[in-house]
This record gives sequence, C-alpha cells and structure tokens, in this order.
Amino acid sequence: MFENLSDKLERAFKILKGQGRITDVNVSETLKEVRKALLDADVNYKVAKTFTDTVKEKAIGQKVLTAVSPSQTLVKIVRDELASLMGGQKTEINLSGNPTVILMSGLQGSGKTTLSAKLANFLKTKKVKQPLLVACDVYRPAAIEQLKILGEQIGVPVFSDEGNTNPVDIAKKSIAFAKENNCNVLIIDTAGRLAVDEEMMNEISRIRDAVSPQEILFVVDAMTGQDAVNTAKAFNDRLNFDGVVLTKLDGDTRGGAAISIKSVVNKPIKFVGTGEKIDALDIFYPERMADRILGMGDIVTLVEKAQEQFDEKKAAELQKKISKDQFTFSDFLDQLRQVKKMGNVKDLMSMIPGAGKALKDVDIDNDSFKHIEAIILAMTEKERTNPSLINGSRRKRIADGSGTSVQEVNRLMKQFDDMRKMMKMVSSGNMRQAMRNMQGMR
Amino acid sequence: MGLLSFLTREKKEKLNEGLSKTRESFFSKLVRIISGKPKIDDDVLAELEETLILSDVGVNTTLKIIERMKKRVSDEKNSDTSRLIEILKEEIVFVLGEDNQAESEPAVYSNPHVIMIVGVNGVGKTTTIGKLAYNFKQEGKKIMLGAADTFRAAAIEQLKVWAQRAGADIVSRQMGADPASVAFDTVQSAVAHKSNIVLIDTAGRLHNKVNLMNELSKVRRVMEKVIPSAPHEVLLVLDASTGQNAIEQARQFTKVTHVTGIVLTKLDGTAKGGVVIAIADEFKIPVKYIGVGEKMDDLQVFSKNEFVDSLFQSA
Repeated sequence: MFENLSDKLERAFKILKGQGRITDVNVSETLKEVRKALLDADVNYKVAKTFTDTVKEKAIGQKVLTAVSPSQTLVKIVRDELASLMGGQKTEINLSGNPTVILMSGLQGSGKTTLSAKLANFLKTKKVKQPLLVACDVYRPAAIEQLKILGEQIGVPVFSDEGNTNPVDIAKKSIAFAKENNCNVLIIDTAGRLAVDEEMMNEISRIRDAVSPQEILFVVDAMTGQDAVNTAKAFNDRLNFDGVVLTKLDGDTRGGAAISIKSVVNKPIKFVGTGEKIDALDIFYPERMADRILGMGDIVTLVEKAQEQFDEKKAAELQKKISKDQFTFSDFLDQLRQVKKMGNVKDLMSMIPGAGKALKDVDIDNDSFKHIEAIILAMTEKERTNPSLINGSRRKRIADGSGTSVQEVNRLMKQFDDMRKMMKMVSSGNMRQAMRNMQGMR
Repeated sequence: MGLLSFLTREKKEKLNEGLSKTRESFFSKLVRIISGKPKIDDDVLAELEETLILSDVGVNTTLKIIERMKKRVSDEKNSDTSRLIEILKEEIVFVLGEDNQAESEPAVYSNPHVIMIVGVNGVGKTTTIGKLAYNFKQEGKKIMLGAADTFRAAAIEQLKVWAQRAGADIVSRQMGADPASVAFDTVQSAVAHKSNIVLIDTAGRLHNKVNLMNELSKVRRVMEKVIPSAPHEVLLVLDASTGQNAIEQARQFTKVTHVTGIVLTKLDGTAKGGVVIAIADEFKIPVKYIGVGEKMDDLQVFSKNEFVDSLFQSA
C-alpha cells in the first residue's frame, strides 16, 4: 500500500537530474509525489496542498549546489518545512498551579485513561510530584475501575465518587480531596465524546469552568484520518486546549494527523504514547515525525544508536579481514552481538529508509538470531576460522550440539558463504556486481 | 423470523440519522461543485477527487473511481453535470462489490455459532459485543460471552456490565490469565449450556506487534479444538475516524485470523467512514455492521445500497 516515498522521489527526481536549477516545470512532478505521500499518511487534503505550494515557492529558483543533487536539495526543503510546521515553540507542560490541574479531553477510544496513568507516572518519577488521578468518566462501563487498577499499578491515588453521575461535581470534590491529601497535581480523566455531541461538549466546558485547569490536553489517536482537523478544531473552539497528545504511535501509521492538527489549531504536541507499558510516554521530536510521515525512516536515530555502540578499532580490523577474504564465523558472531547491543532488531531495521516496507511481513525478533548464535557456538574454534572443514558428520554434530537441524546448519553455511562473496565484492569496489547479487538473494 | 432480521427494523431511519453528518458535508460539497457548471470537466472531477480524499477514501481508490467516471463520460458522450451524482453513486457501489452476505440470512447456523471480535486498541470491540449480545438476545437467542481480553485493566468488568445489561452468560478469569484458555473454556461451556451464540472479546492490539498477533491466532486455533468449524465468524472492528492505516489493519488481522467481516464504529461523529470503500476495493472484505450511536440498539447491519443511498439521499 504505502510505496516508499524515497523510492518514488528518486524516480521523480530523475527529471531534475542534470539541471542546475529547480524550476516550475521540473519540480511539479516531484511535488505531486510528495503530495500523494502526504495524503497516504493521512495529512489533511487542504493542509497537504498548502504545504506543497509553500515548498514550491521556496524551491523555485534555488540554485542546486554541485555537491548535492537537485533531489537532495528538494528533499531537504520538504523535510525542513515539514519539521518547522510541526515544531515551532516547544512548550513544557505547565505545572504552575497549587495544586496543578490537568484536564484530559478527546474522542472515545483515543486512549485518555491509559494516558492519564502514564502522565501520572511520568510526573511522579521524573518531576517528583504527588499526582492524583480523578475518575470523571461516569459513562463507559468499568472506566473508573480501569483507572483504579492503573493507579494501583503505579502507586498513585485515584479519586472517585461511586454512584455520583455528575462529572462536574466529582471534579470539584477532587480538588478539596487533593488538598487534604497533599497531592499537588490532579489529572482529570473524562469520558470520550464526539465533537458534535452538544450536551457532552457542554459538560466538559463546565468541568473546565469548575476546576480552571492550568493545562488542557487533547488526546488523539495517531491513526486518525482526514477528520482529525474537524475534531481538533471543534475541541479547540470549545476548550482552547493547551497541548496535544498523540497516542498509539507504536503502530505503523505514518501519523499525518499530527501536521493536520498542528496547522489547524497551532497548539504544540507535548507528548506521544508509544506502547502499552506504563512508561511508554515520550516527548515529541518534530524532525523524526517529519521523516516518519514522509516514510524516510528515522535514519538520524539509527545513526545515533550506531555511533553509541560502534567500536571503531574493531571496524577497521574487520575491514582489513574482509578485503583479504579472511572473514570468519567468529567475526560473524561478533557482528551479530554488536547489532544486538544496539537494541531491538526489528526496530533498528525499520529505521532504515525503505526497510520498513520490506520487513513488514518478516518476523524479526531478537530471538531469530539465537539459532544462528547457537550454531556458531557449537562449532569448534578451528571450524569457525576455517569453515571449509565442516563436512557432513561435523554438520550433524553441530546441529545436535546447537539443538537445531542439519538443514538449518546448511542454510547458515550457505548464507555465510554468500555474505563473504558479497563483502569481498563490495570491498574490492565492484559495487554493481554486489548489488545484483543482493537482488538475486531476495 | 430470521436471525438478524431484528436489525432491519427501523434500520434505514437510524442509518440516515447516524450518517446525516456524513451526508450533509459530502452532499453540500457536491452541490457546490456542480452548481453553475453544465459539463463534467477536469475542474469538476478535480473537486470531486478532493471531496473523496477528504472522506478518507484514499488516494488510490479515489483515482480509480475518478478514472472510471472519466471513461464513462467520454464513452457515453454525455458530460451533463446533472448525471454526476448518479454516476458517482454507481461507481462507489461497484467498488463496494458483491452484495453482503449479512443482508441475506446465512444458510446454516452452527449451534453454537462462534463469533470472535478483533481489532486495534480503542476501536470499540467490547461495546460492539455488548450491542451484538443485546440484539441477539432480542432475537431470543441464548448468548455466551468470553472475556478473553485479560490484558487491559477492567476490560473484564466492562464486559460483565454488558453481559448483565444484555442478559447474556459470561465466562471470565482473572486479569492476566491466558486468553486462549478463556476462549477454550467459553466455547466448551457454551456447548454444555446449549448456547446459540458465542461472542469472544479479545484485547486490542496494534497489528504490527508480531507476538500479540501470534497470540490472537492461538486464541483462534484453540476454539477449533472444541468445535472444528469455530470460529464461524471473525469480525474486525474499525473506528470510522481512522485514516489509511485501517487498510493495513485489515491486511494484518486478516492474515492471522481470517477476518470474515468488518464492523465500522463511531459513524455518528464527523468522520466519513470512506475508508470502507478503500478496504472493499483492496480486500473484498464486506462490512457487516455499523455503529451509529452509544445506545445498546445503535448497531445495524450494513447495506452498501442503503449506505450509498444515505450519502446521496438529498439527490
């Protein structure tokens, strides 16, 4: 479904090749692709149109430096523009009141209750506050129960008023309760509501008026489509909220709703929810979000992670070995372990532009390396340095020793052999041949 | 009296009510597009393209519909704008494909008939089960619910409340229990109690979490051990406000659980639900039910003709 944008751009950019200047003619085909990518990512139609028009204006007439290709120049303009659209003023959560009151709002199923607990946990552990969770969702069955269970998990008290069906009243009472119990931040969880539900929108306005929150957060599902602009606008018109929280960003959605909302209401995105665990709450990085929406992969994060872990001396040694065709199973094992140190393999791979799509159907978890590791460990030192020693009976022994099968050992031997050939080609500069081989391997 | 005929009662009225938001904006835009323009030309089609994309139909499906319309206009040599809505309607019905089975009665119902509910977090799975249970109960069926969402805090309590409201039996264990074993026990207990309908609730999960998706396929598999043909239906619940990611959800959930139908929820908001058209285009998975409100009886059998009719009713 989502063809990778970088691939598409590359195709479109062929037109730009060899031209010294970005012009109206050569840029429009490319920007059409950019627009389609934005729409596939659920960026609002009108927002996408305005955006590409702005980029066009900025790009036309720009001299293309000889060092970079026109495509790179344009990608940079697109990415910078996108990031600046989402970034702007970076505002921390406002904790000024005594007690501070934070009011959660949003549609049904956007993740308000889970986020309330995550936020309470964040304030407790990172900001050294005494939070109080307030259960004002009196409509959804067991919503209060849910908040209580979450509160217990993180050791944060939960205020609820069993049997009281008036959320405004519950919210008011919770402030007195917080003062009595020395809680300095209240997080008020409310029921999910549709922006068109006049009665429910009135109710949340009344809650706001009753507790005068320092911070009103609008919680929105990152998977939201074109309707994100309408909902965000309706909630903002009513509540004039202070910040946005994007939830379920651990899915594979591109999250174009982020730009749509930002450009319609111009409120900062303060947090993102990135998982089911209680500490899966992150601050928002505009550049990374820009890359995600464009489908370019989070190459910056990947490079950062690699730099943290990479041992330069070892790399140089390895380079030498490869060029002399002395790459052994022991080196391979080292490599595997180094990659594993960098974190979850699938997460890492998905950060590589283009890899996300290719890997969608492949189950890579860290366990998939375990078999390979086991097989190599079952080899003797001699076998590792000289794989040609490994004959049929040795393969049988290795399979038994590693708890795998002979077929699996065979497969690894074959892969290792291919890899060695390819490495040699790459290091000898025969890149084209290597690429062709790689294609054949897929 | 058919098993699902209760749903057709006053169905149209409710559907219209729920879809009124969709219709108003969609239709008023169409009127604006064609007013003062006698011919269907590129400008008109470009505006139509915008309208469809704004309804979450998606770029690919939108382009497909527009292309077909273009071809028809030139083939039939009739570009009168008064035909625009009619042509568009026919093309959308075409993409939505074969008539849904849900509209006609399934030939044979197993006893018990096992329905498994799946979907990402927060789409309204548990609420949908509550509504389904209520509707089946109205039909005089004996219902058994299985609380196989053992992960989310208070999901079990939530389902218990629905069971009570709808007058259904329920099998549940403590939070954190193995969901597959809950599903197994539910089906077994349904057989013992001679229930007619079994509804299995599962925990919301994002479709790119490999381990959680594997767990779901296990939940599906263990039910086969009790009744080889179970589950008889797997319903994927989609939130109408979800954008193009719904297509990926449909793809991945179908892969592990063989989804047989879609329930489109929250159509009473401003969301257009156009992604249904894109999903029908790509996977041919029929939409079976739609949720158009928060009340127990706000669940209806989806009918593509009525759906599209409602969109263009004022025409």
